[in-house]
Amino acid sequence: MRDEKFKYAADTSDYVLALAGSESSTEKKQRISKITHIISLVITYAFLIIMGIIIIFPFYWMIITSLKEGEEIKQLQQTFFPQVIRWENYTEAFNRLNFGVLLRNTLLVGIISTLGTLITTILAAYAFARLNFKGRDLVFTFLLGSMMIPGEMMVISNYISVSRLGWTASSNIVGNFAAMIVPFWVSIFYIYLLRQNFKQIPNELYLAAKVDGKSDWEFLWKVMVPLAMPTLTTIFILKLMGAWNSYVWPNLIASGNSNVYLITNGLRETFSTADNPNDYGAQMAATVVVTVPLLLLFIFFRKYIMRGVGRAGIKG
Amino acid sequence: MESKNNWKAWLYLAPVLILLAVFTFYPIINTVYVSFLKDYNYTTGTHSGFAWFDNYVAVLTPYSELGGAMYEKVMKIALPNTLLITIITVPLSIIISMVIALTLNSIKILKKFFQTVFFMPYVTNAIAIGMVFSVIFSTDYGIFNNLLGVQNLAWIYRTSASDTVNYWRALFAICFYIIWHSLPYKILIFLGGLQNIDAQYYDAAKIDSAPKWKIALKITVPLLSPQILYMMITSFIGSFKEYNSVIGLFGKDGGNFDVNTGPSTMQTMVFFIYDQVDKNNVHYASAASIFLFLIIMAFTVIQNKVSKKRVHY
Repeated sequence: MRDEKFKYAADTSDYVLALAGSESSTEKKQRISKITHIISLVITYAFLIIMGIIIIFPFYWMIITSLKEGEEIKQLQQTFFPQVIRWENYTEAFNRLNFGVLLRNTLLVGIISTLGTLITTILAAYAFARLNFKGRDLVFTFLLGSMMIPGEMMVISNYISVSRLGWTASSNIVGNFAAMIVPFWVSIFYIYLLRQNFKQIPNELYLAAKVDGKSDWEFLWKVMVPLAMPTLTTIFILKLMGAWNSYVWPNLIASGNSNVYLITNGLRETFSTADNPNDYGAQMAATVVVTVPLLLLFIFFRKYIMRGVGRAGIKG
Repeated sequence: MESKNNWKAWLYLAPVLILLAVFTFYPIINTVYVSFLKDYNYTTGTHSGFAWFDNYVAVLTPYSELGGAMYEKVMKIALPNTLLITIITVPLSIIISMVIALTLNSIKILKKFFQTVFFMPYVTNAIAIGMVFSVIFSTDYGIFNNLLGVQNLAWIYRTSASDTVNYWRALFAICFYIIWHSLPYKILIFLGGLQNIDAQYYDAAKIDSAPKWKIALKITVPLLSPQILYMMITSFIGSFKEYNSVIGLFGKDGGNFDVNTGPSTMQTMVFFIYDQVDKNNVHYASAASIFLFLIIMAFTVIQNKVSKKRVHY
């Protein structure tokens, strides 16, 4: 890296010489550089605005279409704002989705699997960050390495396991939910995230707690956990979003039993493949219903979400 | 910290280790085992002996007992689809997100606002937004055709029996969607990388009054190379496992395209694997998943080797 720096410094030395030109041309140069600055600023913002529109457009189109009447959707020239606003699309979407059941299932699975994950993550992260034991680094490296293996390989065997336990039988609703929850009670990435956070907590606190006669267990729940609340919030939100978006595994477990569908399964099953423009209004209303809670979480917990997601790349 | 912590520490780790043993480590071994079994029935756990590599052969060669049906699905549909999606979306999404991150990093006014906007696709449901894209790309009343000024151009679905969907148009639609969906994460990682770059590099360049594009190309991009490598590896792995986007955009059958133009559906490798689980062919699904794992491993190793020479740490 150091070599590189010097190389570029040498590269650009011509510019230094160019700058040392005559006095009269300096003003002219300043004006030119001001103009190029403005031009580059315009280009920069124009680019960002165009890309921003491309990013926003699907959201906009989803909302607009969800409010349109069937007749308007089927116009050859599409309109960018509904001529008549049709709220009934939403009533239809809620009814057809069987939204109450989907919401109940998703929240049940999401919250229980999130709480379970938080407990296992806190315990493991504490052991890796604070406790001293033989093979600690080895086990931790091993766990990180296992993140490389694609989940598909486990999904097949896990499906075999849970169906051998009878958890996939359509009569066994409790088993169905257990199958959607228990395998997700552990996340190596979150252990890694929380361990980093625990390590930042100064050792003096630990020693002080020891002097006060606190046990490791008390120290963890009374000092570490409150101090790590931001990271725990991040984990909570990301995990909840994961449950809201999960499709593959619940789809395998539910295998067509709509009583145990999660929200995404319900959405896909209700509005199946057929391309029916008459249905676009209700279909887009349903996608709005699925998307809005996520966007609300994003608005309220933006900081937590972006920090958690961004952390993944720091190792490089 | 005393040594009496030793057994206590393992108690703290016990829940995680037990769960991982049951739901991660055992399944990996079991999947390898099942992939060697002949006619495995997962509900009863019975099988008729070892097929060894026959399941792999059945999945990958046209001369299998199944008259080549599975071979067609893997070698003529799933693998080409997966490779094409990967080759198109990985470099494009990295380049686009890097340009956006560089531009975002160079502004001050509205920076937060744009950052929030560009992150929005991350907090979406892949199936729901896939359905939105299929409405945008709709044949008769789609806004995309409208903006192009054409009518009845099929991108996703056939609307009548006489209609055909050209494979390459469908591929365009799904790649567009995947890139749209993958930008936020990459932009965020690149922005993080940009913040870590020591300001003295820029100060040096500024004193030398080097033009902006030259600073970006000769200083910023090389200094971002660890992030670029990280993005390449993770998005290669991610796009080899593409599945939800296909279900969202094309529905549960993965589309229906004109066979004269390319593969007849947008089914991917993971699609094939889950399809086989659904059809109770768990041994074929296992073989295919290990095949996929080997491809991913090979790509990751090659990328690491190639980039060793190019990445500046």
